[in-house]
Parts: sequence; C-alpha cells; structure tokens
Amino acid sequence: MQSNILNMVVVLTTITATVGAILGGVYKLTEEPIAQSSARAQEEAIRVVAPDFDNNPIAESNTIENNGQFFVVYPAMKEGQHVGAAVKASSRNGFNGEIVIIVGFEHDGTIRQYRVLSHGETPGLGAKMDEWFRTDKNNQSILGKHPEHTNLTVSKDGGDIDAITASTITSRAFLEAVSNAYNAYMNQPIDVLSGSTTHTADDKMVDALSGSTTSCGDETKSQPHNEEEATL
Amino acid sequence: MNKLIVSPSPHTHSGLSTAQCMYGVLIALIPTFLISIYFFGIDALLVTTTAVIACLLFEFLIQKYLLKKAPTLGDGTAILTGVLLAFNLPASIPLWIVVIGALFAIGVGKMAFGGLGNNIFNPALAGRIFLLISFPQQMTTWPTPAPWGASVDAVTGPTTLNILKRGNIEEIANIDVINTLIGNSGGSFGEVGAIALIIGFVYLLWRKIITWHIPVSIILTVFLFSFAVTIKEGLEYAIIFAELQIFSGGLLLGAIFMATDYVTSPMTRGGMILYGILIGIITVVIRLWGAYPEGMSFAIFIMNGATPLINKYMKPKRFGEVVKHG
Amino acid sequence: MNKLKIILNGIVTENPTFVLLLGMCPTLGTTSSAINGMSMGLATMFVLMCSNVVISCVKDFIPDKVRIPAFVVIIAAFVTVLQLCMQAYLPALYQSLGLFIPLIVVNCIILGRAEAFAAKNNPFDSLLDGIGIGLGFTLALTLLGACRELLGTGRIFGLTIFPEEFGALAFVLAPGAFIALGLLIALVNKLKTR
Repeated sequence: MQSNILNMVVVLTTITATVGAILGGVYKLTEEPIAQSSARAQEEAIRVVAPDFDNNPIAESNTIENNGQFFVVYPAMKEGQHVGAAVKASSRNGFNGEIVIIVGFEHDGTIRQYRVLSHGETPGLGAKMDEWFRTDKNNQSILGKHPEHTNLTVSKDGGDIDAITASTITSRAFLEAVSNAYNAYMNQPIDVLSGSTTHTADDKMVDALSGSTTSCGDETKSQPHNEEEATL
Repeated sequence: MNKLIVSPSPHTHSGLSTAQCMYGVLIALIPTFLISIYFFGIDALLVTTTAVIACLLFEFLIQKYLLKKAPTLGDGTAILTGVLLAFNLPASIPLWIVVIGALFAIGVGKMAFGGLGNNIFNPALAGRIFLLISFPQQMTTWPTPAPWGASVDAVTGPTTLNILKRGNIEEIANIDVINTLIGNSGGSFGEVGAIALIIGFVYLLWRKIITWHIPVSIILTVFLFSFAVTIKEGLEYAIIFAELQIFSGGLLLGAIFMATDYVTSPMTRGGMILYGILIGIITVVIRLWGAYPEGMSFAIFIMNGATPLINKYMKPKRFGEVVKHG
Repeated sequence: MNKLKIILNGIVTENPTFVLLLGMCPTLGTTSSAINGMSMGLATMFVLMCSNVVISCVKDFIPDKVRIPAFVVIIAAFVTVLQLCMQAYLPALYQSLGLFIPLIVVNCIILGRAEAFAAKNNPFDSLLDGIGIGLGFTLALTLLGACRELLGTGRIFGLTIFPEEFGALAFVLAPGAFIALGLLIALVNKLKTR
C-alpha cells in the first residue's frame, strides 16, 4: 500500500488506539487476580514460616527502618495472643545483589522457619541457601536456634553455623539477613516477650521458655514503645 | 585477494620442532612434579596420570572418529595439556572430575577450534576454568600438604591466597614466605612449589624454548601493582604482601607455563610484554577486588582472547616498509 | 500437503534456533532447565501465532513506510496481554521467566516472521507458519534446556537421572548456555549433512 502522510497517521493512530483499548481492558480484567495472587503468595510465605495464626498479619504488618534497610514484621496472633511473627528482611551483601528472605520467629525469638523470597545467587552454589540452612546436618541448620544464644555467623568467622560449601559470601549475607530480621522483630513496638517488668535478656528467656505469656494478649500495638526493648 | 599464506603461531624460533618444544616444557615441569609428589603423595601422581591418559585418549578418539584425521599423539601437546591441567587441580580431587576436565580441555578447548594451532584458548586452562565453575566445591577444597611419610590429615587448610583475600594484616605478616617457596602451603598441587617452578623457568630459557618477556612482565606487574596498593599499610608489609602475591596461587605456574603457550600468546616482543602486563593487572584486580580468590587463570584466559587483536595491532614493520612520517 | 509443509518448514528446514540462529537472547537466557525452556518457547509461540494472524489480516491496510512500527505495536500488545495473564494466573511461571517475557517484543523471530511471512500470505497460512516456527523454537529451547539441566544438575524436567553432585554446574550458568548451544548446533549440522 502506498504511503502518504494521511494514511500513515490514520493507520498508526487507529492501531495504537485499538491496542491501547484492548490493553486497558485486559489490565482491568487481570488487576484483581494479580493483586490476589501476589497477596496469596505473601500470605502463603507467612503461613509457612510463622507460627499458626488466626489474624491478618498483612493488614497488621509493621515496616521498620533499620540501619537504612526496610524490614516488614508480620505479627502472628492466635486467639488474641501474640504467638510470634514473620519478618521480611534483606541483605545487600550477597554474591550477586540483594537477598530477600522471610523468617518466622516463635514468640520468644527462636527461629522457626524461613524462606528465600528473591535472590540473584549462583544456581547450585549460593542458591542452595533455600535448603541448606534448614537441613539438619552438622551445624548448618538455623531452625530452632535462638539468635540470643547462637552466634549467627559462619564457622569460618568464628560463628556457630556451617557456611554453604564454596559459598561463604552468600552464607554471610544470608545470616546477616536473619540477624537483621531478629533485630527487627525484637525492636517492634509490641512487647513480644513476657510483658513482665524485668527486662534483662535472661529473665525474658526464662519467662518465655516457661510459657509465662499470660499478659501478652493484653498488650496491644498502641501501647507505648518500651525503651528497654529498643536497645535489644 | 592476498595470496600470501600467513600461518598462525607457533612459529618456532629455535630450530626446535613442536614435539621437541613440548617435551622440553615437560622436562621443565619435572621438578614441580617431584615436589608435588613429596608434599601431596600418591594423590598427585594419580591425578597427573589420569589427566595425561584421559587427554591422550580423548585426543586420539576425537581425531580418529570425529575429525577423521590421522591421530598426532606423538607431538606431546596432549601430554602437556594433561600435565598442566593436573597441576592446576587440588590433589584430593575425585578422579572422575579430572576425566571431565580432560574431555573439556581437549574436546572443547582444542579440537572444537580445529586442533593444535587453531585454538584461541589454552586447552588446559579451558579445562581448569570449566572445572572451577562446574565443581566449585571440589575445586576449592585443598588438602593440607604433608611431607612424604608424614601422616596425611584430611583437614583442609586455607590457601595463602585465602589468607591474603581476608586481608588480616597480622595474619598475612605471619605467613612463612619460605613455605610458599618450597611448596609447603595449600593450593593446587602443581602451583605451590615456587622454587621448582623457577628452576623449570631457567631450564626453558636456557633451552630457548620460551623467551623471558611474558613471565617477567607478568611477575613484575603483579609485584608493582600489589605493592602500590598496599604501600599505605607500610613499606615492610607491602613488600611481604607483594612477594606473597607472586609466590602464592597459580601465578608462577601460569606465568611460566600457561601464558607462554605458543598458540595462544602474541608473536612479537612488544605484544608479549603488553600481554604480560595486562595479565598481571587483571590477576591482581580479580584477586583483590573480585569474588574469586585466584584470578590468574581468568586473566590468562581473557588475554588469550585478546591475543589476535594484539597480533593485529603490534605487527612488526615489514622489511623495507617505509616508516610513515607525520 | 502444502499446509503440512509450512509447519515442517518451521520445525526442521528453517528452525529458528538451530538453522536461522534467531532469538538468541531468550534462547540462552531462559534455558537453565527444560521446563523454563519449554515455557518460554510456548509463550513465544502464542505471541507468534496471534501476531502472525493479525498482521496477515491487516497487512493490506498498513502503509509500507509505517509497516515496522505497526507490527511492533501489534506484537507488543500481545506480549503485554500474555504478561498480564501470566502474572495473574501463573505467578510461579511468571517469577521464573519474568524478565524475559517483555523481551519477546524484540525477539527477532516474531518480527522476522511478520515481515517474511505474515505480510505476504493469507491469515490461515500465517497461523500455520506461526505454529511451525513456534514449535521449532519450543522444541529447540526444550532440547537445550533439557541438555543443560541434565548435564548441570542430573535432572530432566525435575526427574533425577543421576545424583546432583556429578552435574557440571557450568551448564546451568551462562557460559554453559553458549557451550551447550554450540555443541547442539554442531550435532544438528552433522545430522543434516548425513
């Protein structure tokens, strides 16, 4: 077809307008499912790592800025009691960019479970972190460990955790993210611990371990931030 | 069309045939071989034998059945590739990995390009790098050297480079330079005995199999560059640091035996020096700021790729050609 | 019979990956496993079929000088539709292919077929060409993905063939993509000369 300025303008305008209309329609159609599926993915990740809950952690989530990085704490409540949380944390010291993980903590801060949300680590090496740190072998698992009592650094650096073979850099970054998550969890403005007035770490541990969580349910997010907790 | 046939290197300049050169290099590697057997025992012998046999076998099979040419095993290049590949591996490496390395070195590194003289990259290096990124776990697990007869413990020791990479000044100052010289340090088993490698270098120079340009320019560059980087920590420390950079890792093995490979290095003197300097710079950059503790093999590999370019731009003036003015 | 030939042409004679060497970016980038390769191939095939048909339908109304922009807009529209749908209904797949979906727009196979085939043939033949080329691309990517997955991790489609520690990791990484593709092309050429 011969081109002249008129038919070029008309044809291109028609095509782009039609395409624009179609895309707008498709966008409207898929907007809802996309939002749903991403929310579902997020909730699933929280459900995997956090203790059993019956609240809506996403709605009650709390974003904390910690040393220039953002952490999202999703509190898990069961029958009105605080039972733990899932924390989305990240480290920028990976072998190849940022590592984003979600870590679940028991009420007392014990690491319950984790999942790697996104990373750029080498497949077969650093990418093994998704399995490595929850495989119960030698000292590689972090599950059931309490950051207060475990040195969350690789054994090469004097810590208690075995690094992924040949991927020390990834392991360091991963453990850094876990420690960050723990700090974020401990800093959140809910008295996640016993609620007792004593605030030494050991006391809290005893309380938490003996299951004296009685006053926990009374605590709400609106309660003023406890100064002692912030220093933890 | 230019009818003049320009053949690629090797252009021998000592009247030696390819085979004689290759066997000369092999002789120069004997001291290193002996010292690696002394420190790493029967494992070093096994890995070397496996690598050589596998290289010969793959060369024979590929030439005979894939390329349908008369096999040329006698020129010694496959043996040399096998030995150099083995020397770049930890002594404790499983033998099946050695066989895979040999297959890659000969099959992809050499034969896929058309065999000897046509390969862009040093086949042994190609094999080593392939193994390094394929089996990083086994390739970076170095056994602690133990003199012949001493009980070999399975504990893996850090290599000198790992210590340098960690950058703890005190720790570095405590490294015994003598141990890195005689080969009593962790690493691939052919790269630890600095003195043995230097003996081989002297032999190669004496037999005029290689010239000094590439190895010396690499070593000098690495020394000066790492010296300049650490001078702020003090003169004494900078000297130790730079010395260790030279004597540790695959630097000497690479500079003397791998970078000087006729096929994959530049032809002119000036080209050789430029090639050596760039290898030195890339090595130190990878070692100090890269993700890997060792950069020698990558540096040689990168410069192998740049060799045709160097050859093109650093051609000697043809006899009788008028030098252009202005 | 002629119709069958159009399809076979795309799969064998003018296989986009092994013969025409088109669309190398997604070929190398997404084939770290057989399933990823296959998904990318199918996604491309979908876009190729749709764009071929539409372009073939509207070819008579498009002035020559704005041919390419018009084709690109049509292709981009289908890619965006695909991307949105995948994001909504196949989020897991979208996660692993994410980056490469928008790149289908600039995949030269699609524009190439639009220019070389759809702009000269009727919609039905164009559809068949889309199916043929798409299948050829899918087959090639699946084959390459399967080779890399097998050599790299000892699995095919997640099915363990040999233990993972015997896998040469390089094949899962970028350099392995080039090496595996080169070896496969060599093999294809060898088989063709026979």
